[in-house]
Amino acid sequence: MSDLHAETVPYVARTRFEPQPPPVASSGVLGWMTQNLFSSISNTIVTVLAIALILYMLPGMLEWAVFHSVWNASSIKECRDIITASFGEGATGACWAVIHERFGQFIYGYYPVSLRWRPDVAFLLLVVAMVPVLFRTMRPLAYAMGGLLAIKLLIALYDVMTGAKVEVLTGPTTVLAVIAGILALVVGGEKQRPYWIWFTLIYPVIAYFLLWGGLVLQPVDSSKFGGFLLTAVIGVTGIAGSLPLGILLALGRRSMLPIVRTVCVIFIEFIRGVPLITLLFVASTLLNYFLPPGTNFNIVLRVLIMVTLFASAYMAEVIRGGLAALPKGQYEAADALGLGYWQSMRLIILPQALKISIPGIVNTFIGLFKDTTLVSIIALQDPLGLMKPILANSTWNGIVWELYIFIAFMFFVCCFAMSRYSMFLEQRLRAADRR
Amino acid sequence: MTVAASTETPAFRIEMLWRDERYRSGFIQAITMMILMLAVAWLVNNAVENLAALGKTFDFGFLWQPANYDINQRLIDYTSRSTNARAALVGILNTLLIAVMGCVTATVIGILAGVARLSKNWLVAKLMTLYVETFRNIPVLIWILLTAAIVNTALPAPATYRGLETGPVVVTNRGIYIPTPNFGDGSLVLLIIFALSVAAILMVRAWANRRQEATGEQTPMLWIGLGLLVVPSLIGYILLGAPITLTYPELKGFNFQGGIQLRDSLIALWVALSLYTGAFIAEIVRAGILSVSHGQSEAAYALGLRPNRAMNLVILPQALRVIVPPLISQFLNLTKNSSLAIAVGYMDATGTLGGITLNQTGREMECILLLMGFYLIVSLLISAVMNLYNERVRLVER
Repeated sequence: MSDLHAETVPYVARTRFEPQPPPVASSGVLGWMTQNLFSSISNTIVTVLAIALILYMLPGMLEWAVFHSVWNASSIKECRDIITASFGEGATGACWAVIHERFGQFIYGYYPVSLRWRPDVAFLLLVVAMVPVLFRTMRPLAYAMGGLLAIKLLIALYDVMTGAKVEVLTGPTTVLAVIAGILALVVGGEKQRPYWIWFTLIYPVIAYFLLWGGLVLQPVDSSKFGGFLLTAVIGVTGIAGSLPLGILLALGRRSMLPIVRTVCVIFIEFIRGVPLITLLFVASTLLNYFLPPGTNFNIVLRVLIMVTLFASAYMAEVIRGGLAALPKGQYEAADALGLGYWQSMRLIILPQALKISIPGIVNTFIGLFKDTTLVSIIALQDPLGLMKPILANSTWNGIVWELYIFIAFMFFVCCFAMSRYSMFLEQRLRAADRR
Repeated sequence: MTVAASTETPAFRIEMLWRDERYRSGFIQAITMMILMLAVAWLVNNAVENLAALGKTFDFGFLWQPANYDINQRLIDYTSRSTNARAALVGILNTLLIAVMGCVTATVIGILAGVARLSKNWLVAKLMTLYVETFRNIPVLIWILLTAAIVNTALPAPATYRGLETGPVVVTNRGIYIPTPNFGDGSLVLLIIFALSVAAILMVRAWANRRQEATGEQTPMLWIGLGLLVVPSLIGYILLGAPITLTYPELKGFNFQGGIQLRDSLIALWVALSLYTGAFIAEIVRAGILSVSHGQSEAAYALGLRPNRAMNLVILPQALRVIVPPLISQFLNLTKNSSLAIAVGYMDATGTLGGITLNQTGREMECILLLMGFYLIVSLLISAVMNLYNERVRLVER
């Protein structure tokens, strides 16, 4: 055998070459740049143009927004004086002081200052109520509460350093955060999740009494609601209300019963065919006509109803897509098991259909959340609506960009977080399909 | 032995209405119908009572009364003495104008950004991601107001052009002025010539396609098309003695006269809606291109097609099937979002019919019904187009 081998193989290497480093052009920073930025002549030109664009835009924006900005002043004139004094005549800079001064108003609107702890508590409980729905264990809640306490500590430290009164650490939210955080750590396993879900289910009632008052709490008129509090109330109610309503509408649209189906189709197509602003006009001017004479329930509640109906029509279409995407075999299997309509929907069809439609559902949520800004057109005091009184005030007259940028930034953070969460959820649920 | 099956049907009992499948669906529907009718009757009854209590009637007579307000942006003749109906029509045309303009630019922006997001150039791809994420995650109303603020504060006032040589296009904080075309004698002939040459291009293209299918030879359509489009019209334009001229905007007094003014509100709305919807379209285009499996483009290259022909013949036709339906619903969204014009004072249908007319006449019910009716018709038309397209390009399997 060895002879044969010697004849068939003309050359066998007897020495071993030392491994060489890869060529410069394909590894490391330089290689990455050659591949991704300068791979061809046209690519290089595009890169140079993009860098030029960034260099043209970025320094001016940074200078305005960061280096020349003023964070502490009591009027726009003071802001401008500070900028002129420190950076010379003609220098422009952002006057973030307006955000600093009006922060409370942007968050709570005209909610009475002494009662602001109630929206705070409602928000904290909202986080508690959301975690069991969004995650499998309650551990994220413990992290969130820890983060909240850390932020509170930082603010307290800042207060101590500036000589202000330290009040931030003694409020009801601190107590609640500690309790919720400890509870989440101790009884926050996957097994205890159903109990937390019960809390989620009763949360709307708690939130209603916290925000509007009643029982032992002092009532607050909803004309006082404003700022991001109003955005959150409309957004969260719309989201929470439109999902079940949308599921019912989607099932109705696919129902075998012609009358039920027609009603659902007409409702969905009508709502989807008109802009939200016309529905808000209905809420602000028309809805009272359709209610018994003498009823006059307030505008925030009317808007909540309209926004929920609006979102539910879109939700219904998204879920209908999910229902249609399920293979027919799943329906047949449910029938073969002898399940009734509601059983098969609850146990077999809907879990899968909802999983398929998660991206669409979250997109609808994001759209709904963004659409809450439209209420400023019917004169509700959401963050955009709050801009008007601030701009009309002579102390801040002349400020434009800072307010828009602040509001836009807040919306961006919320919507971006929602879209990232949907990606995370898709990944998690896809685990079932992986083999 | 045969066992006689019992043919006797059990006597009807009341619980069979919801227990027995034969009666159940009818029963449920009857109940639904009754509840629905009762609800509608209740609502209508309330409305009648409330209107009566306020001393209001339900009639559309107000449409034929003078509107008594001015509309600054209009496509057809309108004065403040025109009727409310005409004001509504002006508004509707303004809505359609912004919708068409916005759809065209949003599509262009969206396609460019969507393709650029797939670019191999890391920097370009990241910049486009930044654009898409920023615009998608911030409400469109903020974009509209922000653009309006930029137009009104960052652009020069008309007065700054005093003594300057202004070109055909003038950009001011009151809007952009572009030249007005004047149609003189013979311009009709010129338009007919142009229409004929477009028809000729379509015919030649059909012939070229037939020829390619029959013989495999390709006709240089680009050059023939360009020639047909430009040459006859150019010759006609010279022979007819330049029938179409342009009037340039000129600074007179405090403002520009002559030329077409695209008002600041129109521009703000147009730019904001285009950029906002463009970000969504970019994602649709990207998803569409990614949905074409890699094997398809590899197969096209293996057949020896060059990249642009592979794109045109293999990838795009498949990607369009995925792209077009959501694209059309984005057009629908843009049209509906144009109702936010009311925030910047652009007089679209919402601004005239649902705004000033409603406030002046106090006819909420009629105005909002008409407004919803208009938007419903537009959206039904758009979805009819979408269904037609879907029907045409649907994959027919097996």
